[in-house]
This record gives sequence, C-alpha cells and structure tokens, in this order.
Amino acid sequence: MNATLRQIAVPGGAMIVFLILWELLVWANGWPNFVMASPSDLPPAYARYWELFLTGGWQTLWRTVAGLLIAVVFGTLLGMVMGFSKLAREALYPLLVGFNAIPKATVVPILALLFVGQHDFNTVMLAFMISFFPIAVSVSIGLSTLEPEYRDILRALGASQATIFWKIALPKTLPEFFGALKVAVTLAFIGTNLMEIVSPHGRGLGALFDSGRTNADYPLMFAVLIALAVLGIALFYVVVALEKIFAGWAERSPG
Amino acid sequence: MSLPISLDHVTHAYRTQAGPLPVLDDLTLDMPEGSFTAVVGPSGCGKSTLTRLVAGLMKPDQGVVKLGGKPVTGPRSTVGMAFQNPVLLEWRNILQNVMLPLEIVSTGMNKTQREDRARELLALVGLEGFEDKRPSELSGGMRQRASLCRSIVHRPEVLILDEPFGALDAFTREDLWQTMHELRRAERFTCVLITHDLRESVFLSDHTVVFSARPARAQRVVEIDMGENRTLDDLYAPRAVELLAILRKEIQIAQGREPAEAAL
Repeated sequence: MNATLRQIAVPGGAMIVFLILWELLVWANGWPNFVMASPSDLPPAYARYWELFLTGGWQTLWRTVAGLLIAVVFGTLLGMVMGFSKLAREALYPLLVGFNAIPKATVVPILALLFVGQHDFNTVMLAFMISFFPIAVSVSIGLSTLEPEYRDILRALGASQATIFWKIALPKTLPEFFGALKVAVTLAFIGTNLMEIVSPHGRGLGALFDSGRTNADYPLMFAVLIALAVLGIALFYVVVALEKIFAGWAERSPG
Repeated sequence: MSLPISLDHVTHAYRTQAGPLPVLDDLTLDMPEGSFTAVVGPSGCGKSTLTRLVAGLMKPDQGVVKLGGKPVTGPRSTVGMAFQNPVLLEWRNILQNVMLPLEIVSTGMNKTQREDRARELLALVGLEGFEDKRPSELSGGMRQRASLCRSIVHRPEVLILDEPFGALDAFTREDLWQTMHELRRAERFTCVLITHDLRESVFLSDHTVVFSARPARAQRVVEIDMGENRTLDDLYAPRAVELLAILRKEIQIAQGREPAEAAL
C-alpha cells in the first residue's frame, strides 16, 4: 500500500468503523431518537437545515478565528513582557493563573450583562479570554529559558535587543508557540460555542444546537455535534499546516 | 588584523544573595598581538568571567581590560566567540548559521561575497558539501567545526574560545586541535582559549596561564616553546612531557593539594 493511500485509508476506515458501531449500539438497544440519534438520522437533518448549518457554521468559524487572533496578539505581547522581565513575570503570573482558574461558563452571564445585546463582541471576547493563557505562558517560558549562549553569540557582536529577538528568541520560541496554539484553537472554539449556547438569542452552530434542544429535534442536535467536530478538526489542521510552514525545522526526521 | 589584549589589575565579584562572591583578584595579563593564550585552572575559578570581560559582555569592578590599547566599554564587532555548546540555530542550514555574524557586523561585503567567505571557511574545516544540512544532521564534532567558522567569519581581531572542545570525544578533539592550527595559519587573530585539558593547552597555545583557585590571579604563565608546526606526535616529545608536568604541578598548587603532598 503506498503512503498517501494509507494516510487517507487508515483514518477514513476508522471513522467508518466508528459510525457502524454507533449505528449498531443504537439499534441493539432499541433506543428511540430522544435518547440517542443514530448516524442514519443525520442526513435528513442536514438536508432539511443545510442553510442554517452554512450560516451558523460561518458565524461560529469567524468568531472563533477572530477571538483566536486577538488571543495570539495579546498572548504573545504578554508572554514577551513576562519572558523578558522577571519583575513582570512575578507580578503577572499569579493573576494570570487565578484568571485562568475561573470556569469560563461563569464569565458568560457577566459578559452578557456588561455588553448587552452585542452578541458578536461577547462571543469573540469569550473565545479570546479562554484561549490566550496557553499562548502567553508558552511564549514567556520560551523566552525566559533561552540559553544565555544564544544571546551572547549576537550580543558579543554588539547586536541590539531587537535584533536578538528577531534573529534568535522569536524563531527559537516558535515550536512552543505552535504547541500552545493547538491547545488555544480548541479552547477558542469551546469559548465560542459556550457563548452561543448559553446566551439567549445566540447565533452560530451553538444556537442551532440550542434550538434543536428546545424543539426536541434530537437528530438536529447530533447533526450539529458532528458539524462542530468537522469544523474543529479543520481549524486544528490549519494550525498544524501553519506549524509545518513556520516551525517545520523543529520536526526531527524519524530514525 | 589582530589586536593585543591586556588586563590591568582587574578585580571582579558577583553579587549573590549570600553577599559578594569575588572571582577575579587583581588579575594582570598581557596577550601580544596574534598570540594564542590558553587559560587553565581549577573548576569555577573565574575563567569564563575572563572571557565575558574581554568580550565586553561585562564590566570589571576595578581595573581595565584593553583591546589594542583601548579600554573595552561594551561589546564590539571585532570579537568572535565560540562556546562548549556550539549553539547553532536549528532553523538555519549550516551555511546560513556561519553567515549569521555577517548579518550583524557591517563588512561592506555583498551577498555573494558573504556566501563565498562562509563557504571558504567551511571548506577549510572540512565541511564542504554540508552547507545545506541542518545542524541536527551533523555530528557533535562537525557542529563544533561550524561553530568555529561562525566565530571567525567576520574576521575578528580577537577570538575567544570557552572550552569549545570540552564535550567532544578524544579522537574528535584531536582532529579539531589540528583544524584550529589550520585556521590560525589562514586567519589572523589574537586568541584566548579557556580549557580544562592540559594537553590541549600545550598543543595549541603560545603561552598557558594557570589561574589560582577563586578569586583567581594569574598564578603562573608558562611559555609553550614548541615551535609553529606542531603535530600530535610532538605531544609525546620530552619537551611536551616536561611542560605538562610543570602545568600539572601548578594546577595542584592552585587546588591547594600540592603543599600537603610536599609535606609528606
């Protein structure tokens, strides 16, 4: 079997096996739709609501990406401040850990009260707030653990701090940054959906899920779950592709 | 071009939580233009501090460090450095790694000239054909060769080597010693080598400075009168054996072991 075929066939086969097992589980237990929908219930749901899936999917997607982009900018800046200044690190770290410890579901009503009716803004904010932490931590650790020799090879030549950052510190931190970004993209996605489901009159796939619940349309709920999974996988692999482009050097060839 | 290095009554202490830790004590040293000085001494005696002072990465508490008669006030582009860790940048290939200093120091060279310069050095140390490899694809000895190329690519007047061969196996180390001689013949620089290996100091240096235990003084300067073209066989010649014995004795004095043994 050639390598490309294998790369597609193996995960694809696993997915088909998973769907068959799911269908069998529902069938064997004789579960009705309101306990658990089966894969065969999904195509009708998609056929009926495809327009809602498209608009909802787009809303969920752009708000996740917007929140993640803000998290990348803010998290990187915060990480740089903490990475270069020990004082800033000592001051900000406990605050940051405390902030991260707050379950974000509790932030939803607070945001909703703060910015009443600004649904897009609230959702982007939550996606950002939930996802900047791993980025900030990884950038600060990457910068603060830079071996002094790496600095010295340029510092001894009279290079400025900015040059050392661009030529050495930044590229050397990229693998850690992308590791964190993979976590952050999933978190931002969770944040977006949390806001969409919990806040009233929400939009996006989360709101579609919620309407499936209120209308007792259980196949729709499961159809949304699968759509979310597909979107989440797509986002994750976009990050993986970016990592390959910008930090591919960190991947050691096997053997 | 090369510049003489001089240290004039240099005293330095690190500030630690337990109070000042003196590392250099009234150190006076002269390294003539184009000379090769090895510095040996007990662990933690302040040898690396010396390199950081000469490189301008630190300022001494007292005394003056001079390059070419001018006091060192900060880092300068006429210095090259190599460490025990080759610190090559994994996201660059070997050629780009060697060219790194040329991106910082203005040499008036255009891109082709810079590349030619890097290729010429890589060929000199036997890394021809490895220009496009990543550092992780090279062996430890090859990485250290590339690191040496990077340290002299911008034609520094002063080369500072902080145990660059310390982590290599014995055979690779001896290969690199010979490479070092070739580099010295091809390029002009005043070199300071920090080492723990007395054979290395005898094979490579014009004079070897033995540091006392911390805070370090120059306990003794031994002239290594072994001529220009040394071979590894020369290390087993009577003069080399004699020099090694002298150095070993000085190290034992520096470690505080010699007086006790002499009393036996």
